[in-house]
Amino acid sequence: MSAPLKMLIVDDSNVIRRKIDRGHDRSLFTVVGSANNGADAVAKFKELDPDVVTMDITMPNMDGIECIGRLMEIKPQAKILVISALSDKATGIEALERGAQGFLCKPFDDEKLSNALKELVENSHV
Amino acid sequence: MSEETLQVFINGVLNYFQHTSDKDVKVGSPYLIENTKPASFDFTGIIGVSGPYRGTVYFTAPKALMTHLLLSIGEDDISVDHILDLVGEVANTISGNARSEFGQEFMISVPVVIEGSPNHIHLPKELRSYVIPVYWKAYSAAVVICLEH
Repeated sequence: MSAPLKMLIVDDSNVIRRKIDRGHDRSLFTVVGSANNGADAVAKFKELDPDVVTMDITMPNMDGIECIGRLMEIKPQAKILVISALSDKATGIEALERGAQGFLCKPFDDEKLSNALKELVENSHV
Repeated sequence: MSEETLQVFINGVLNYFQHTSDKDVKVGSPYLIENTKPASFDFTGIIGVSGPYRGTVYFTAPKALMTHLLLSIGEDDISVDHILDLVGEVANTISGNARSEFGQEFMISVPVVIEGSPNHIHLPKELRSYVIPVYWKAYSAAVVICLEH
């Protein structure tokens, strides 16, 4: 059995960060840190070198779309799951084009979160 | 504002609460109010909207509902900070979900959250707002929409 993947949680809501922290499958992921905006996420990403990132879109100080691009420049093999309330197709496509590999629309429950994260890593080679 | 536009937000409210542990949510018939007296409960999350639609969407709820809502999503820290955080997140989610109908041009701000006085909700005085009453468990809340198109 392989070691849990290192995960960084990015969302401007502390309630949502804590919900993601509680709701993920601990046999698959270890949360190594969290960030409440895109700029902080880039700094934490460089410091913590996570394998997986959950990424909000609407945030102050660099939104999630720009942040995805920055993270991909640093570590293209990282896997990013966008978790956002922005449910239009164009935003989803833009996130995927920047380098995200999955999209989970808010609101979500623990089952949807677990399934989305599991699908993210099963469809990749992290 | 058209009935279809209001329905988008009604769907957003229903979708939000159906993802909590207590899924039984109802919405009342929307009604119009003057912006000189904004509707509000104890906590309010406000989203600014720009693009073809311009204005404000906000979710407002009493402390008891917000406390119960925190618990229902598994959060055991029911501090005021978390209540303010969640009331903003509810407003953000309902507004963000509306982009499935209105598209990417329905641009939304990060939430502004307030506790207490409705005087802090700045709405154009010449416009009126639609109030969508929300009934969840024993509590009442509201989504208020003031949009120009």
